Amino acid sequence: MTGDRARPWLLSAPALLLFAVMLVTPLVMTAILSFNSFDFYGGIQPTFGFSNYADVLGDSYFYEIFGRTFLIALVTTVICALIGTPQAYFLLRMHPFWRSLMILVVLGPLLISVVVRTLGWAILLGNNGVINEALRNIGLIERPLKMMYTSGGIVLALVHVMVPFMILAVWAALQRQDPATEKAAESLGAKPFTVFRRIVLPQAMPGILSGSLIVFSLSASAFATPAILGGRRVKVVSTTVYDEFLNTLNWPLGAAIAVILLVSVLAIMVAWNRLVEKRFAAVFQ
Amino acid sequence: MIRNGAFAKLFSLVFAVFMLAPLVVVMGVAFTPEGFLEFPPSGISLRWFEAILDNPDFIDAAIVSLQLGVASATIATVICVPAALAIGGGRFAGRDALQALFLSPLTVPTVVLGIAFLRFLSMMGLNGTFGGLVFCHVVIIVPFVLRLVLASVTGLDPSIARAATSLGAGGWTVFWRITLPAIVPGVVGGWVLAFITSFDELTVTVFIVNPATTTLPVKLFSHITQTTDPLVASVSTVAILFTVALMLIVDRLYGLDRLLIGEGTR
Amino acid sequence: MAILELRDLTKRFGETIAVDRFTLSVEKGEFVSLLGPSGCGKTTTLQMVAGFETPTSGSIALNGRDLSKVPARARGLGIVFQTYALFPHMTVEENVGFGLEMRKVPADERKRRIAETLDLVHLSHLSARYPRQMSGGQRQRVALARALVIEPELLLLDEPLSNLDAKLREEMQLELRRIQQEAGVTTLLVTHDQSEAMALSDRIAVMQGGRLIQEATPFEAYDRPTNGFVSSFLGKSNAIDAHLEAGGPGAAQLRCGDIRLDGPVSSQGPGAVLVSLRPERIEFCGEGEGIVSGTVVERVFLGDQWLFKVKTGLGELLVVRRNSGRREPDLGEAVHLSWQAEHLRILEAGSAA
Repeated sequence: MTGDRARPWLLSAPALLLFAVMLVTPLVMTAILSFNSFDFYGGIQPTFGFSNYADVLGDSYFYEIFGRTFLIALVTTVICALIGTPQAYFLLRMHPFWRSLMILVVLGPLLISVVVRTLGWAILLGNNGVINEALRNIGLIERPLKMMYTSGGIVLALVHVMVPFMILAVWAALQRQDPATEKAAESLGAKPFTVFRRIVLPQAMPGILSGSLIVFSLSASAFATPAILGGRRVKVVSTTVYDEFLNTLNWPLGAAIAVILLVSVLAIMVAWNRLVEKRFAAVFQ
Repeated sequence: MIRNGAFAKLFSLVFAVFMLAPLVVVMGVAFTPEGFLEFPPSGISLRWFEAILDNPDFIDAAIVSLQLGVASATIATVICVPAALAIGGGRFAGRDALQALFLSPLTVPTVVLGIAFLRFLSMMGLNGTFGGLVFCHVVIIVPFVLRLVLASVTGLDPSIARAATSLGAGGWTVFWRITLPAIVPGVVGGWVLAFITSFDELTVTVFIVNPATTTLPVKLFSHITQTTDPLVASVSTVAILFTVALMLIVDRLYGLDRLLIGEGTR
Repeated sequence: MAILELRDLTKRFGETIAVDRFTLSVEKGEFVSLLGPSGCGKTTTLQMVAGFETPTSGSIALNGRDLSKVPARARGLGIVFQTYALFPHMTVEENVGFGLEMRKVPADERKRRIAETLDLVHLSHLSARYPRQMSGGQRQRVALARALVIEPELLLLDEPLSNLDAKLREEMQLELRRIQQEAGVTTLLVTHDQSEAMALSDRIAVMQGGRLIQEATPFEAYDRPTNGFVSSFLGKSNAIDAHLEAGGPGAAQLRCGDIRLDGPVSSQGPGAVLVSLRPERIEFCGEGEGIVSGTVVERVFLGDQWLFKVKTGLGELLVVRRNSGRREPDLGEAVHLSWQAEHLRILEAGSAA
């Protein structure tokens, strides 16, 4: 019996070893780093203290960055839910030919580098970009709308990056639903919108909630999109960490910011999961 | 089956335009004969595709990305198959914790992973090395491989392995002749998804490369943040076409939605 | 007066004809079954009545009102789906109340009617449960209650018992019949299970290849099938190819190879026919009293009855004997078989399934 008990651990040993060395150790080292101090001439000092955290939590500059980051993530999540949910439902009801085409359109961009996709948005949103040129040509505006280097531009591009995750999550939930429930509601007298609101939406809700969690946590830590579309002017947490590490070289401060990001994202995820489980425990096991 | 009405069709159309617009724009810009980004291009020219050949940096970066993707996807697959067999094979104490650990790189913000790897590799003196890069990528892509392989393993009828054993097959024979062939779609799907994820990775990689091991996304990123010329568009176009080709093959072989949804796991 | 009238109802899917000029009328309070193997068009017919499929041609009238332009949600039919299609996010009470809510029935009346209907299906004690917390049989009752509470003019049942195990299915058959009669609701059932159709219905419409083959009471359809398909689909039956020698008003004379048989009175003209004989109408008898002799080649004990296969000059005949504690023939034993001439059914040749 001991052989049987050891078997799963033996099978997972290579992966476990890798994760111990390459994931747990680096994260622990980063946590320790965040308690070290930094000297502009001497580099990282092996001291132990909360000064970096005090610096971050005591500076309104960082509050603004964290506030902006989570606001961008929240707005992105809400827009993704508002667009992604109906789109997943429409996908379910499409003719199989159009559906497989649409799945390529929805999921294909997921496989293309975020850098490339954000480059596309940079070309679209610039002051002399495609959208501004088009609006000027049809005479709707005289001066270009400022979309590059704004939070709005970042949200727009992030929605593009994140909405496939929302659609996937809702789609998975909708596929678990019995299509006859829609027919049943219709036979009982419900109009199409009522069917969507009362029958489809509640059954899609677990998917929407898990999709929201994915979108929120990915948006809160997104790097390429805010880095390219926001630059130094609209800083978010991840670009701030990047600057601390690769420009200012104050690694301990960067590590402290990163740890705060990690802890707050994890806290939000745990709280969200609790909430969802409590709400849906009886209905969806 | 109830079909969509006019509103749903319009909605889907607008949505498709939204999803495709940035890609179309990038590809359009790549064909400009001018020296700056313009859309729609004033003419059709392959000038900026030829320019790629004059910039060996991009070609070198693409080669690094390919090698990195193949190496890390292969290592990740090799360690994930036994781990998935363990986790999907039945209950044991610590199973949920193990699975949570292997999926955890998905929940840790990538920028945090990036600096953690940077700190670790520089203390080990491995920063910027190709080997260091590979193992960091393996950690990032393990969750993707594990999810797909696990889906195949849990979909497996446990009695087929027992049937093989009852017919006299030993442990290795059961694995090579029965289990592995049955989970091959998940394994191949997992490898492809891992390769693409590694090939596209920026946030972690940007922290741990040096000029000799710069990957394509990092090269593109640093180029974009410094200058914007149509060269980035033509390189991006090549990358898009490469991904689309890969995607079409995968869709034929495995189904794109199955690859990305992971057959009801989660 | 007929409540439901289907006239020449036809549905094509591209080249294939799923339902072919199907005509049926259902009287008020009646329980009618559409019975047939899968692919016979029974489900398509039900979907057209429900409004989820549009007929290619023909008409559907409910209480004299043409339904062709009426959307599914306005037909006011109660439907029990094969999967039950309960709303998983609503309690039993909310599920049952949904149709009333759509009809804007005031809350207090809604409450009363939900309670009444749950009482009818014996589920009052589970009204706060969610579907996932219930057994198959209980979900079935919820689905039934949800369809009945809106007091539909017509109740449609789509293979309602097929997801239940055998024992529960028998219980639910009785239960379904009781509820239908207490509610007095006109019912159209679709099923491939002949025993279910016979147990529940006032009338059975047997379908094959999109067409109506026979429409009769369960007893009539079983006892006097008009067609070899009906006789083999409803229960077990022996089909014997024979030649009808003398037709006309008197008793028929049949020839099967070199064996001569007395048949029932038949008006059919001479020629090739199919003779059907139910296995439970065949008796074992002494030598000399038998119509044919043979050897037992298979013998199966089923508890309440014995099943024999006997090799005879007419081919292999199936014989069913009630288990009455008597000694029954052994495997390989020579036996003699007899039956009464009026139990033979003379059917059109080549009509067997």
